Amino acid sequence: MNGPIHPDRRQVLASGGALIVSFALPGAFAQEQGASAAPKPPGSLAKSPYLDAWIRIDASGITAFTGKVELGQGFKTAFQQIAAEELDVPFEAVKVVTADTSRTSNEGYTAGSHSMQDSGTAILNAAAQVRALLIAEAARRFDVPAENLRTESGAVIAPDGRRLSYGDLVAGDMLHVEAQVKSNLKNPASYKVMGHPVPRVDIPAKVTGGAAYVQDMRLPGMLHARLVRPPSYGAQLTECDAASVEKLPGVVKVVRSGNFLAVVAQKEFQAIKAMRALSAAAKWKETAQLPNQHDLPHVVTSLPSRDSVIFEVGDPAETGKKTLEASYTRPYQSHGSIGPSCAVAQLSGGVMTVWTHTQGVYPDRAGIAEMLRVPPANVHLIHVEGSGCYGHNGADDAAADAALIARELPGKPVRVQWMREQEHGWEPYGPAMVTRLKASLDDSGAIASWNFEVWSNTHSMRPGGGGCMLAAQLMADPLAVPPAKPLPLPEGGGDRNAIPIYKFPNAHIVHHFIPSMPVRISAMRGLGAYHNVFSIESFMNELAELAGADPVEFRLKHLDDPRAREVVEKAAKEFGWQKGQKAPEGRGYGFAFARYKNLAAYCAIASEVEVDRETGRPRLVRAVAAVDSGQVVNPDGLANQVEGAIVQSTSWTLYEAVTFDQTRITSIDWQTYPILRFDAVPDKIDVHIINRPGLPFLGSGETGQGPAAASVANAIADATGKRLRDLPLTRKRIKDAIDA
Amino acid sequence: MMTLKINGHDHEIDADPDTPLLYVLRDDLKLNAAKFGCGLGQCGACTVIVDGRAVLSCVTPLVLLKDKEVTTLEGLGTVDKPAPIQRAFMEEQAAQCGYCIAGMMMRAQALLQRNPKPTDAQIREELQTNLCRCGTHMRILRAVHRAAHLMDTAELTNEKGSPR
Repeated sequence: MNGPIHPDRRQVLASGGALIVSFALPGAFAQEQGASAAPKPPGSLAKSPYLDAWIRIDASGITAFTGKVELGQGFKTAFQQIAAEELDVPFEAVKVVTADTSRTSNEGYTAGSHSMQDSGTAILNAAAQVRALLIAEAARRFDVPAENLRTESGAVIAPDGRRLSYGDLVAGDMLHVEAQVKSNLKNPASYKVMGHPVPRVDIPAKVTGGAAYVQDMRLPGMLHARLVRPPSYGAQLTECDAASVEKLPGVVKVVRSGNFLAVVAQKEFQAIKAMRALSAAAKWKETAQLPNQHDLPHVVTSLPSRDSVIFEVGDPAETGKKTLEASYTRPYQSHGSIGPSCAVAQLSGGVMTVWTHTQGVYPDRAGIAEMLRVPPANVHLIHVEGSGCYGHNGADDAAADAALIARELPGKPVRVQWMREQEHGWEPYGPAMVTRLKASLDDSGAIASWNFEVWSNTHSMRPGGGGCMLAAQLMADPLAVPPAKPLPLPEGGGDRNAIPIYKFPNAHIVHHFIPSMPVRISAMRGLGAYHNVFSIESFMNELAELAGADPVEFRLKHLDDPRAREVVEKAAKEFGWQKGQKAPEGRGYGFAFARYKNLAAYCAIASEVEVDRETGRPRLVRAVAAVDSGQVVNPDGLANQVEGAIVQSTSWTLYEAVTFDQTRITSIDWQTYPILRFDAVPDKIDVHIINRPGLPFLGSGETGQGPAAASVANAIADATGKRLRDLPLTRKRIKDAIDA
Repeated sequence: MMTLKINGHDHEIDADPDTPLLYVLRDDLKLNAAKFGCGLGQCGACTVIVDGRAVLSCVTPLVLLKDKEVTTLEGLGTVDKPAPIQRAFMEEQAAQCGYCIAGMMMRAQALLQRNPKPTDAQIREELQTNLCRCGTHMRILRAVHRAAHLMDTAELTNEKGSPR
């Protein structure tokens, strides 16, 4: 322990009884951890236990620190709500600082719908414990028992009306103490800020042209860089006349290291023109090494795999009366950020500072330090918001690009932004996947056996290892790409949500992990859950049909978890779902449900889709979602996330596939990689939130991806009478199925 | 050197005539709202208004803008004095990452200037050019409807001569 600890304060925290707010609720306030051998404080406090790593109070006011980042999901606002609530101060009184390797805790990546669970829980408990310390300090100064004091608007108030502001109470390193395991949290019934819709703090700048993104940074003397990427994976630069490009107007330098090629200019459009000239001057030797796109399912299932049985119950060889088999496939899909990746870097005083929209400043710093062959302490990463990423897009690569370029121009801030075709062509895609399912029904129409196999790459090649980043792979003396690793269960990667939440007497689940990655891949929103839930929930409908059962009733028949049942029932009720109901001509109803990772938020989605029988064109007409993400912090923010998930997943599901020939990626812009536009936007999306006061936060940023896909697929099957199992469910595939 | 009227003010621009307007706005005038999204006229993140029409600034070279008036999101209002369209987007919380939003707002603004009471179908048709990846579409539609209403209300207030 580093800091001086005052025993009286520790006793205050340990006793947990010094607060005026004392209450008892069944099940307690479950942000607390359950009993275990060596209990730790909850959320990210376990790894970063000092209270002042999370909450600081000084002359500048109250600041909450998070190692997570704002990606447009609204966390900055939610964290501010949490800190304000537990500190008992107005929302406006708190400022939030997000991930920065010199200021915040190391919370790894902002990924996997973990932010509320990890960082939100840490801030909640740290704020509660800080408030307890402030009350204890006031009790000492007032000479009044702590239980007679109350807090209000940033002050501790004595029964006789005397008050001391938090700023007056905090002295020296008073908050530099380790968190206790348990906090005396407020009663959710008394919440004034949490659980209420609060306008997001980042939106005003975004709708008025304020500086809101790393793309908007303009440091004094800043230069603009553009990259010339190889035309294909593995291409070797054989020839490049840099001298002629360096003579172009505004050009400061051409940076070449191995196959890494970039140009730096005074102004941005000068850099783009020079990039074009440099691109024309560069000669590459290419190798045809991509798999056959038109035979992708076969390619995926034929690659060497490491197979493991990840779940087994009963006798999987058992079969009921009726059996059904099906295989579902997913192509490579693109994150497709609207703003191409960008970063600003500056080498100054021996320290490389990088402003980046990475999801993980600490792991990305480790990767960049390894690439630059300097100690991590000489690299400083500061998160600045970028365009939405939906997982591991080009953000980390752009940060590495900027650092490699800025190293050649000491002292100068260098801003690099990718071009559209670079973002589309070089981002690490969501992996192609194949699932095979086989199940049987017993005499009562219940599922007697369930077999599920999934083939997939890993779903994370995020840095940590410098070799994960393009610049480090391309530079002279390159770093090797680290070997792929499957992400461990219970969260999983390719096998995320492969284990069904439903209760089956006999089940057997196999994960075929494929180490080799013929196409560059990494984490995309939902990871394997998107395809696994699409597969399971499509198959559940197929089995319901075989059983002659209503799809909602059939799901409920196999669901024990009361929260799961409530979400399913809520979505069905709000949609107006009725057993045996037929949709109007040309339309279909769909339903799907999942609990993300089987341990985060619950989400059920009912949908209505219309299909034009002449063209095959599908359109989601309306969707009704029910979601349970535990204690809600910002209901409007949660609704916004789920609405977005439904629209985005509908786009993935109906339109999207990365395309390539034997050598090159060919989906390199919005013409060649079309996504959903306004003519396909539904008439209505309703999100119904089931709040769970006092229960743990359950991550919800990804919970809608899988259910939305399956719900739409089931509605298309209902509308057409034809089952489509290969993503995307394009109008051509639908038309072909109708005509077949 | 060329003079360009942007948000009501004349600016002397020292850039090659083939420079797309987007880079003049961002690089020379340090304006943030218009965004680089594709540089190909495919996504709408760079949308601004030129003489009342929504224009894709990433594919509009400077040479075509002589004697024309350019309006960017910054020219409509500020955080403290937001224009109706800005107020509407704030009130509807119509953004996730928000990178596409300035372009969406400018295209919607151009529509509302020539058609103050658009139908839902007309709004969708107009916004067809612009891409959003977060899936904020439902809120964007609501915000444009709200902006139409706010503009309508503002006009009535002005007619009555009761400035705020």
